[in-house]
Amino acid sequence: MIQDLVVHLVYIGYALTVLLLFGTVLTWVERKQAAVMSDRIGANRAYIRIPFTRVKLIWWGLFHGMADGLKMIVKEDWKPAVYDKFAYALAPWIVFTPILLVFAVIPFGGALEPAKLFAGIPAVAQWFGEKTYQMQIAQLDGGLLIVFAFGGISVIGAMLAGWSSSNKYSMLGALRAGGQMISYELVMGLTVLGLILIYGTFDLTAIVQHQSGILLGFLPAWGVFYQPFAATLFMAAAIAENKRIPFDLPEAESELIAGFYTEYSAMKMGLFMFAEFIEIAIIGALFTTLFLGGYNLPYMSDAGFLLPGGHEIPLPHGVVVVIQLVTFLVKVLVMSSFQILIRWSLPRFRYDQVLMFAWKFMLPLALANLTVTVVAVWLLQ
Amino acid sequence: MSYTARPRKQYWNEPEMGWWERVYLPEILRGLAITGGVFTRNMWRWMTGRKGALTTYYPEETRADYARNNRGKHILTQRPDGRPQCVACNMCATVCPAQVIEIDAAFDPADPDHPKYPSRFEIDYSRCIFCGLCVEACPEDAIRMVKVVPDLPSGDRGRMWLTLPELLSWSPAADVGKPYPPRPAGGPPGGEH
Repeated sequence: MIQDLVVHLVYIGYALTVLLLFGTVLTWVERKQAAVMSDRIGANRAYIRIPFTRVKLIWWGLFHGMADGLKMIVKEDWKPAVYDKFAYALAPWIVFTPILLVFAVIPFGGALEPAKLFAGIPAVAQWFGEKTYQMQIAQLDGGLLIVFAFGGISVIGAMLAGWSSSNKYSMLGALRAGGQMISYELVMGLTVLGLILIYGTFDLTAIVQHQSGILLGFLPAWGVFYQPFAATLFMAAAIAENKRIPFDLPEAESELIAGFYTEYSAMKMGLFMFAEFIEIAIIGALFTTLFLGGYNLPYMSDAGFLLPGGHEIPLPHGVVVVIQLVTFLVKVLVMSSFQILIRWSLPRFRYDQVLMFAWKFMLPLALANLTVTVVAVWLLQ
Repeated sequence: MSYTARPRKQYWNEPEMGWWERVYLPEILRGLAITGGVFTRNMWRWMTGRKGALTTYYPEETRADYARNNRGKHILTQRPDGRPQCVACNMCATVCPAQVIEIDAAFDPADPDHPKYPSRFEIDYSRCIFCGLCVEACPEDAIRMVKVVPDLPSGDRGRMWLTLPELLSWSPAADVGKPYPPRPAGGPPGGEH
């Protein structure tokens, strides 16, 4: 019992660290990637000076995220004279918290056996016993439903922020956010339905385990090879859900200043920004889990590598765990970087185009994809 | 009298999208390939020790392609004995549109030809607009602007003043572009009279 608690506390600590680290590092990645894409150098002035020396650690501007955070914390928290102060103060947290909670159901590694991990220390190994833990904070049968449920909550936060700010721009931004996020959530759900039909489960761990095999002899059995179309639609809908360019109408700064968080300053505004960057990582993690095989490397299982020629390379349990954790993080980082590439490449939609795109283009395509999947699954059974 | 509307001339191109553009996704992928390609190219340059950007790290690095007669840092020309050629007439300070030149005149009894000289000559580079009017106004060819860009960036406005020692740090022998005027015949000026 206490063993379970210890293991899960470690998981929670790991998840929080990873998410907050991603949130900070992605601000840097966004700046630098945008700069390199447009032949610039990018932010490189923030540094940490080692005390009592003249050594300045610049590290390619990596500390700009810390400088931003510090600035937002010490800035004046200016509050407008709003009618509903409670809703105004609550809104950033309603946007921020569910995004962290989504990660609870995402498996970030395979099976962990503490007894094998601590084989060198018999006392610890004995204390843990023979139990196996999935590397996932909450292993729920309806994991995917939880993802969508929490994803839906952040709409409320955005709308609450816009409504409680007593500002016309905020109100317009909130309405746009509501319309857009609800529309694209529908598309997102429909794209994932195809996968659920194929795998026959809502459990994200089971979905990832399904993707550990081999397809047609050489391809890893990742979701993106079963449902390439759904993967594309899911990515587009997820970016729209995150309200980033080309779907950043709720915050369109040329029209609405900052949209629903116009009236927020200091760390409250920082929370909205931070939530956006963490959501990039969450979308990357979801995409990895659903379509890119999660923590699976091709030809690798919990025992080690099994290459196509029949060669077997057994690996110790600790190495496997580390490889799985790193694989997951690298995949998430690549997908986050891809989202940033999209954000700095495409121009913004017009608002009617955004909704038209959701209802007249992506929804029919998602339905068509679902129909084809249903027929295919029915024929193959 | 009847009025017939002339066909209105259209000055813009009608947007024409074929079915390939209308499908949307291929064009998006093409755009991503372009930006991603630029990113990969620049990243490869950075990783192989070259520079992958068109911009410069400004204070540490300056561009080599400044114009030949770029209006950069001010200098005061010197007499052969190293004293400033400036006679502290204040014409540059008067013409200066940004009013950044401050001159204190002083009397030098040892030089009867040019008894007036600047004891203090300072330019506030936090406000200077580099228009070059001071150079044009100077009757003595005492103030010039060299190609070198001044070392402007600073966290403190007080440090952005150009003072007399730095103005006189110009070495005429080293500047081929703007050589020192030849000595007039008959020995150094202000010598034996």
